[in-house]
Parts: sequence; structure tokens; C-alpha cells
Amino acid sequence: MLRRVLYIDLGKKESWVEERDELFERWLGGTGVATQLLLEECPQGVDPLSPEAPIIFSIGPLNALFPVVTKTVTAFKSPLTGELGESYAGGRLAMAMRFAGHESIVIRGAADRPSYISITDDDVKIKDATSVWGINATTVGFILREVETGVGRRSIIRIGPAGEKLVKYAGVIVDTYRHFGRLGLGAVFGSKNLKALVISGTEDVEVPDPGRYRKVYNKLYRIAVQTDVMDKYHDIGTSININVLNQLKGLPTRNFQSTSFEGAANISGEVFADDYLFRKVSCAHCPIGCIHIAMLKTSFAPHHEFEIRKVSYDYELIYALGSNLGVSDPAGLLELIEACERYGMDVMSTGVVLGWATEAYERDLITPQETLGVPLQWNNIKGYQKAIDHIVGMPNEFYAALAQGVELASDRYGGKEFAMALAGNEVAGYHTGPASIVGQIVGVRHSHLDNAGYSIDQKAAKKQLKPEEMVDAIIKEDDSRGVFNSLVGCLFARGVYTNDNIIDALGAIGIEKTQEDLDDLGKRIFEEKYRFKRREGFDIAEIKVPKRFYETITTMGMVDPETVETMLEIYRERRGW
Amino acid sequence: MHRLKVAHPERCIGCLSCMFACSRINTGHVSLDRSAIKIKTQGGIEGDFVVVVCHACRDPPCVKACPTGALERRDDGNVVFHEDLCNGCGECVDVCLIGAISLDGDEKAVKCRHCGACVAFCPHDVLELEEVPALGGSDAQKSSVH
Ligand code: SF4
Ligand code: SF4
Ligand code: SF4
Repeated sequence: MLRRVLYIDLGKKESWVEERDELFERWLGGTGVATQLLLEECPQGVDPLSPEAPIIFSIGPLNALFPVVTKTVTAFKSPLTGELGESYAGGRLAMAMRFAGHESIVIRGAADRPSYISITDDDVKIKDATSVWGINATTVGFILREVETGVGRRSIIRIGPAGEKLVKYAGVIVDTYRHFGRLGLGAVFGSKNLKALVISGTEDVEVPDPGRYRKVYNKLYRIAVQTDVMDKYHDIGTSININVLNQLKGLPTRNFQSTSFEGAANISGEVFADDYLFRKVSCAHCPIGCIHIAMLKTSFAPHHEFEIRKVSYDYELIYALGSNLGVSDPAGLLELIEACERYGMDVMSTGVVLGWATEAYERDLITPQETLGVPLQWNNIKGYQKAIDHIVGMPNEFYAALAQGVELASDRYGGKEFAMALAGNEVAGYHTGPASIVGQIVGVRHSHLDNAGYSIDQKAAKKQLKPEEMVDAIIKEDDSRGVFNSLVGCLFARGVYTNDNIIDALGAIGIEKTQEDLDDLGKRIFEEKYRFKRREGFDIAEIKVPKRFYETITTMGMVDPETVETMLEIYRERRGW
Repeated sequence: MHRLKVAHPERCIGCLSCMFACSRINTGHVSLDRSAIKIKTQGGIEGDFVVVVCHACRDPPCVKACPTGALERRDDGNVVFHEDLCNGCGECVDVCLIGAISLDGDEKAVKCRHCGACVAFCPHDVLELEEVPALGGSDAQKSSVH
């Protein structure tokens, strides 16, 4: 198995491969390695959208070898938060990188004209992308599929117009329906004139002991498929949480003004599954297949004339463009999701930005003059569609501000107390209690997935956890996810990859680790990420929590600022800061 | 004898577990190129998946096309592959219109043995291993006229 770093310099039009065994040995792979490469490659204080800012992709030692270890991590300096940018995507990218023989890819510099990168094993070509510049992310995928080789084992990742226009929460679409969504990798691509990257390869991976490999494989496959640990994902999917969180008073509604939504029953996972779901597909080498695809059939003329669109959905999308915008029409919601997909922009950030804008419009902080006559009103789908067009088109200062994220927009127009971001990142769809808030503040990429505070809240709601216990649970997740994200597994398979099973799987391919090794690695990775964050100016003490978090009831009742303060203090103490 | 059958292609989720199973179990490698079953997409992931498997032809054209005798039809109808005899000419690949045969990275033909290893790893019951009556050599010749 090849474990190498591929370097590509877009400015110099050069590429080369380096064997960096020591790096992979010390940091395992995935996010462990990506963080080191980012520290090496990214000059301190650099403008995230300048040629000097690098893009790193990494997979880990188990990718493509074991079921549900399907993700690739990217590390970059986030144009949205100005510090650590990190995002994960599934699809076929991890498998394609494995077979191309590169566990990490470093992209330096910027191209002088629209370009895309085509990688086949060690062969790297930087090709002209002028003809596809400006084309939406979905269509450009179809186009590259026709002109590039490697059918069946390649991966195609690309940006849409949002990335080209440097919308700070633009994402990168991976194959079909997977994304590097958060923190603005799409804008970094755009700043480099990089429209897409296509990768495939033919490395024949050998394992040291095929018998042992098969045995461990069988065990893990059986747990994933034949037990109930992953049931939730292949049945209704993550969107099952719409009804659940609505009942628990944790579903952010109308920009977090409420946590239960009277329209939830119309946009629940059950409704999508019964009325719209037409297919589920899978990331490469995942037997679960949680990618839920809805068929949206809209009539565009009498005489039974229909447009058919295929739109993937998940919990976060339904929250961000649904309950958070008061949208209760499932078809309209799918249209909004599809607009973001074509433009290539992060749905969570878009939903939070629009939620803030709607409230600001209600409160007359902004007027039709700013919105260019677009009515920003709850549940007004046409209005939201137009607003999304304008965020990408940026016809005036107001929409250009929206394209910079909710923090900057509220700096300029007011309404900071209801600008729902933590540490600059628009928040995920859980108003469950203090652990969710604290978790997103301290998390390395300010994501709900850093430490799953929302799930700690739900546990706490059942059996009364003390602040110390919640903080300890956050720290435990922070660190252990650093290890899992170095593999790089799908977080939905956390129940399959227990510590023992991770050790077994690594052992089966000749990487011997103990529990202590992994615990230590998790801590070190976390510290290294914080080294980067601090270097770029991040300071927990400066984080302001918008008042709205304390004004709306959560699953755990009202949260008071003191609880959050106390937990942050305990957190710092536990971390020895 | 057994034959691998694509019983429910509509149920395929494109996970490739079957391809990894085939190469893992039959060759000990982790590889798509060494898999005898092939999952293709028709118009990308949002289109339909196509599951390509060996049809177990009664009068197999691949055997006829092979100039070295690497593909040999046994009297019971099973086709066996002698890897050492394969010279990588690709005649078998061209003659199988289904696309069930390919060449791996070592330029050797990859041909399904109808062993059923992939069946056990398909999470969606797309594949089945079915029992088909064994054939005598001459019967097979006759039945293949149709
Ligand atoms: S569970 Fe879903 S996201 Fe995770 S690897 Fe499988 S298909 Fe991909
Ligand atoms: S039946 Fe056996 S040889 Fe044929 S595709 Fe399945 S695993 Fe491979
Ligand atoms: S294992 Fe089954 S569902 Fe997965 S790709 Fe193969 S045939 Fe399709």
C-alpha cells in the first residue's frame, strides 16, 4: 500500500511525489497528517484566498480497505473564520486517492487562468477549464465525466459559481451528492482559479496477511450490516431527527426564535421517505447507503408537463432551509436545497444567513432597498430563491455582505444578538442545551460534529449530568474523533469502529497500535489543531455567544450564560490552558 | 453447477462491496481491477447502476476466442481459467459483449468462477447464486445452437 504525498504547484505547473513515512507513522493519516501538512504549508497570517494559502487532502490507512471508512479530509485556512478550515466528504474520493497511490495531496499556488487538475496515478495534468468556468456544479460534473478517463473508480470534485465568486461559505461538490461543505473550501478553489479535480488510479493494494485481513473485515462488515448500530442511517436517514428534535424542543425554527416548528410534520424525514424518496445510494465501499435522494416532480405547463429533479437531503439541510426559515412545503424546500447544490454553497451557512436576514428585514434593520425588492419573509420560497441567486451574483453591497457570512453581515447591518454563528461559523441544527453551544465553541472546526455536544445534551436531559461531566464528555469526543478522523471513517459508523475494532483493523494491515497510543495520538492531534488556530489568532476568550442562544428554550430548558461560562472555564482548566 | 445471477439489479446502491469481496477473497488484493463483477453507473450516481456479471454461457465465446487455451470449458459446463497460459491478448474481453471479462494490472484475464463470494457481501440482495443443471459436453454444443 502506497502512503505518499503528492504535491501540485498550480503557479509553477509542477507536481512531484514524496515518500514521507515518518509523517504517516507519527500521525497515522487523515486529519492527523493533514494538520501537519497545513502547519508546514500555510504561512502564518496569510490571506486565505491568496495563492500562498494551500489546500490539503488526506485519507487514512483504512480507507478503501474496510467497510464504511469512506471519507477524505481537507485542511485549509478558512476564508469564513480566518483560522482552521477542515471539512469531510464521502463519495468515491477516498477510494480514488487510495488507488492513485496518494494518501495526501497538497495544492500550492494559483493558476493564471481557469483550470482543473487531472490525476491518474502519478501522472498529473493541469488542464484548461475556461469553457466550464461559470457553469453550475452539477452540470460541470456531467461534462468532466465525459471527457475524463477512469470510469467506475474515479472521483470528480468541483466548485460551482459560488466558489468562483468567492462566497465565503462556498463548498466543493464531491462526485454526486457529497460535499466538502463547511468553512469555504469552494472559495479557496475559486481563488486559485481551480474549477475541479479528477483523480483515479490503478494501484493494486496488497495487505501483509490476507487471512487476518479477511477475518477482521468479516467481523466489521457483519456489525455494520447485520446489527442495528447503523439502522438509523439506512432507514429514514438523519432526517428522522426532524420529528425527534421537534418533540424535544431542539429544532431551531425561524432563526432560533423557537425550537419547535408547527410545520415540522410536513417536512419530516418520514414525509420525505414516504412521498419523495426514490433511491438510496452509497459512498464507495459502504454497505449502508445512507444517501437519500428525493425525486422532485414539478409541473411547468398544463397537459402533464413535468420537470424532474433529483435532490439529496439530510437532517441539516431540512433544518437550515426548512424549519429555520419557517418553510413547511417539502417541494419548495427541495428547490432551495437544489439551488445551493447547483451554486455549490454550504446549506447550513446559507440557511443561517437567510434566517438572520429575514429577521433583520422584519425588524427594519434592512429595507427593500437593500434586498432589491426581494421579500425576505418566513416561508417565502420564491423570495429565498431570489436571495440565493443574489448572494452568488452579489448585485449590491448588502448581498455581497451576506456572501461573507452572518457575522460580517451583522457587523455591518446590526442584529448581532440573533446572528447565529459561533466562532464565525454558522451553527448546525441543534438547540439542545449548553453542551451543544460549548461544543461548537471549543470544537476544532466549530462544527457540531467535532464533539457531538447535541447528543451530550440529550443524554444530560435524561440523566442529569453535571457541567463537569458534560465537559469531560466533550473532551473525550474531541480527542477520540481526532483518531477516527485520521482513519478517515464515516462518523455514522462510530458504533462499528469501537476502539478495539480500530486496533484490530489497523493490526490487520500491519499497523500495531495500543489503546494508549491512540489516546495519546488523539490528544496530540487536538493540540496541533489548536496550535494552528492560535497561530491564526483564535482565542476562546474572545468568542461572543449571540443572546438568542439564551432566549429560546432548549431540550434542557433555558440555558443561562453562567452555565456556558462555567463549562468553558472547566474546559480550559481540564485542557490545562 | 452454480451460476451467479443478478436477481434484483434495481436494488443496487452502488456500494462496491461485491467488487471488493471478489478481489479480496479470490485474489487476496484490495482492488477493483481484479474483481470479476463490475458495477457501472449509467449517467453517474444519480442514474441507474448496472451490475455486470458473467452470464455462464452454455457455449462460451470467450473459450472459443482464447488462442492459448487459458480459458477451458469443462464437460460439466464450468469454465476454468489457467492464469499461467493467459498472454493478455484480450480476445476474450472483446468477444464478451456483456463486458464481463477484463484484464487486471498484470494483463491477465479476470473471469468469474461463479463461487458466490460476492453474494454474501451484497447488503441489498441484488445477487444470488443459483443452481443450474450440469451439462454434458455434447449437449451443450447442441443447446447452444439456439
Ligand atoms: S453511511 Fe452514508 S455517508 Fe457514511 S459512508 Fe455510508 S453512504 Fe457514505
Ligand atoms: S461469483 Fe465469485 S468470481 Fe464471480 S464475481 Fe462473485 S466473487 Fe467474483
Ligand atoms: S454489493 Fe450489491 S448493492 Fe453493493 S454494488 Fe454490489 S450489487 Fe450493488
